[in-house]
Amino acid sequence: MPIGKILAGVLAPHPPHLVYADKTPRNEAQGECGWENLRWGYEKCRANILAMKPDVFLIHTPHWQTQVGHHVLGLPHFSGISVDPIFPHIFRYNYDFNVDVDLSLNIADEAKKKGLISKVMRNPDFRVDYGAITSLHLMNPDWNIPVVVLSANNSPYCSFDKVELGEMNLLGEATYEAIKKSGKRVVLLASVTLSHRHFVKEPEIVEDMSKEHTYSHAQYIWDMRVLKLMKEGRCKELLDIFPQFIEETMSEVQAGSLNWMLHAMGIPNYPAEIHGYGTVIGTGNAVVEWKHEQAMGANA
Amino acid sequence: MKTQSLISRSYIVPGQAQILLAKDRCLQWSSLSNSYERVRKEIIEANPDIIVYCSTQWISVLGYMVQGDPEVSGVHADHNWHELGSMDYTFKIDREFALTCADEITKLGHVCKAVQYRGFPIDTGTIVAQRLLNPDNRFASAMVSCCVYGDKAETMGIGRAITQALHLQNKKAVVVLVSNFSNHFFNKDVDPREDHIFSPKDDEWNKKMLGLLEKGALDEALAEVPNFAAQAKADMGFKGLWWLAGLYGSGNHFRGQVFDYQSVCGTGAAIVGLYPEKPVICEDAHAKSSSNHISSKAPEAVGPYPHARREGNLLFVSGIGPRVKGSKTIPGVELDAQGNVLTYDITVQTHSVFQNIKTILEECGSSLDKVVDCQVFLTNMKKDFATFNSVYREYFNSETGPTRTTVEVGSLPTPIAVELKVIARA
Repeated sequence: MPIGKILAGVLAPHPPHLVYADKTPRNEAQGECGWENLRWGYEKCRANILAMKPDVFLIHTPHWQTQVGHHVLGLPHFSGISVDPIFPHIFRYNYDFNVDVDLSLNIADEAKKKGLISKVMRNPDFRVDYGAITSLHLMNPDWNIPVVVLSANNSPYCSFDKVELGEMNLLGEATYEAIKKSGKRVVLLASVTLSHRHFVKEPEIVEDMSKEHTYSHAQYIWDMRVLKLMKEGRCKELLDIFPQFIEETMSEVQAGSLNWMLHAMGIPNYPAEIHGYGTVIGTGNAVVEWKHEQAMGANA
Repeated sequence: MKTQSLISRSYIVPGQAQILLAKDRCLQWSSLSNSYERVRKEIIEANPDIIVYCSTQWISVLGYMVQGDPEVSGVHADHNWHELGSMDYTFKIDREFALTCADEITKLGHVCKAVQYRGFPIDTGTIVAQRLLNPDNRFASAMVSCCVYGDKAETMGIGRAITQALHLQNKKAVVVLVSNFSNHFFNKDVDPREDHIFSPKDDEWNKKMLGLLEKGALDEALAEVPNFAAQAKADMGFKGLWWLAGLYGSGNHFRGQVFDYQSVCGTGAAIVGLYPEKPVICEDAHAKSSSNHISSKAPEAVGPYPHARREGNLLFVSGIGPRVKGSKTIPGVELDAQGNVLTYDITVQTHSVFQNIKTILEECGSSLDKVVDCQVFLTNMKKDFATFNSVYREYFNSETGPTRTTVEVGSLPTPIAVELKVIARA
């Protein structure tokens, strides 16, 4: 069996607005348009990623929040309707996808070897969170590639500190070990927004782009600072500023998804490609691709 | 005015899946399940028209939501504790009441939507409470979300809006707040038989809050909410108590009963009954459109006028000076034996004025950050304006603060140098 590899890592944010504007028949609510910078960014990224012919999409999702341990979906198939509890008027998505259970189990095992708590979710009534569904739809709307879904052990009900971010780093390393052993060609998705302060009122027409703008200049400056580091391949520095970034913008990177992904990729020192940046109800979002296999060759 | 109480009782209950699905795994969870059963029997005796739920696990951020689907059913697996099994649920929702709640909340200036979507996620806490308190849908239900951004005044206002809706719909309710007390979870699996409160500090604070609730000391309990939140990571800042206080109305207290206090995975899980001492009536049904407020804490008025008057959603506060209730001395003023001013300190006086206004606003369910207009009366503009302005800046700024008019007056009714009159959102 060949050694498994990471083909790419993608910062793949999950505003449900993008699916709403995408007018997919899977979603019961359909907008007219909107957030094109991000949707077109996703289109470019998707074309690159699907051309790599991955075996699996592996996503870390902040909206599956777990108190005890890192959980993975552990049944071969999930279907149902995912309704966003905050934006139910725009996101009611009928999902139906397959899970790479072997890789899920391997990740859970490798995490345990690193001293982490991991659990396998085998309850068939479990509803997959809207964040994972959104990012996965935008990367592969045909859903013809199996996925692995990892929870975020960063519940807002727990105090958040560097220890938990450290756990995400270990989880990333465990993920890489599992991928290598699986022989699979994997794309990683970190499903997080950048700056995360947002408006608490929507425009009358949700997709009215004349009302969409960044929450504040300070938040925009932070996003640009973060994206510059990504673009220049300075991921070590990027990780170092996350605590301040989180503090000052309530950034969703606090979920640890980016820590996880960057550590799985050995903290890349090559430039990432930014496919798009835009705001959604004031939050800062970017679609960013690390072409890992291309940069690392045999070491991917 | 309706004299029958709109709310016969309310309960604070925990909403952990363990109590429903794993009660046999340890004495603590079993005890909570048994206490739930006692509450269920009390509710049957109370025979309400409706059970109103507010769960800290149903979070909203764009204002508020109420469940508007007349029949909600499904099967739920908890995101954390999915290994415990699934929970099926059915709610008979009083849609008309839900829509009235949404209207009343909207009238307060908040966004509020009645949601009616197939597959809309119902939170674990509400399901656990419904399964244990109203399993056969003997009583109709209502659900109101918990907005993460709601402050004390806003959250109390939401409570008042629910009471208003009960009044308008002529319903008698039992109210259920689904909330933990301390909310630190263990982040490792703990043998259920060894479950315990996360820390002695959490335990101490839980017992302190439970003691106040058992005494029925609502005001004291409310005053401790910020400390409780900071010291024991109380569930959603324990804002649920603000909500309950809003429902009960100003000046109402209750008889408290602690049915149980246990831990679930480290959190403080208590079941508490709160029985109002006087009938809960809809103050707002009459007071909302027009009512006067005479403060119990601010200095007495020097004429026949109230401290504040509510008109619709606005609160008009009378001119307020720096005096202190029950004291003849005036902060920042030194008088001679004849009552003439020897010296005065405009800084001290201005701070005292703000303190008095803050007190009155908060008694009325408003707050300084809801002030929309401010009139300032100074007795010596030339001497005091700059100093006054610097103190004023500590409370308001030009970006988010109220409009303001400042005038000099020949004198004020008492020997003070500054008086403020404000209009605020109620």
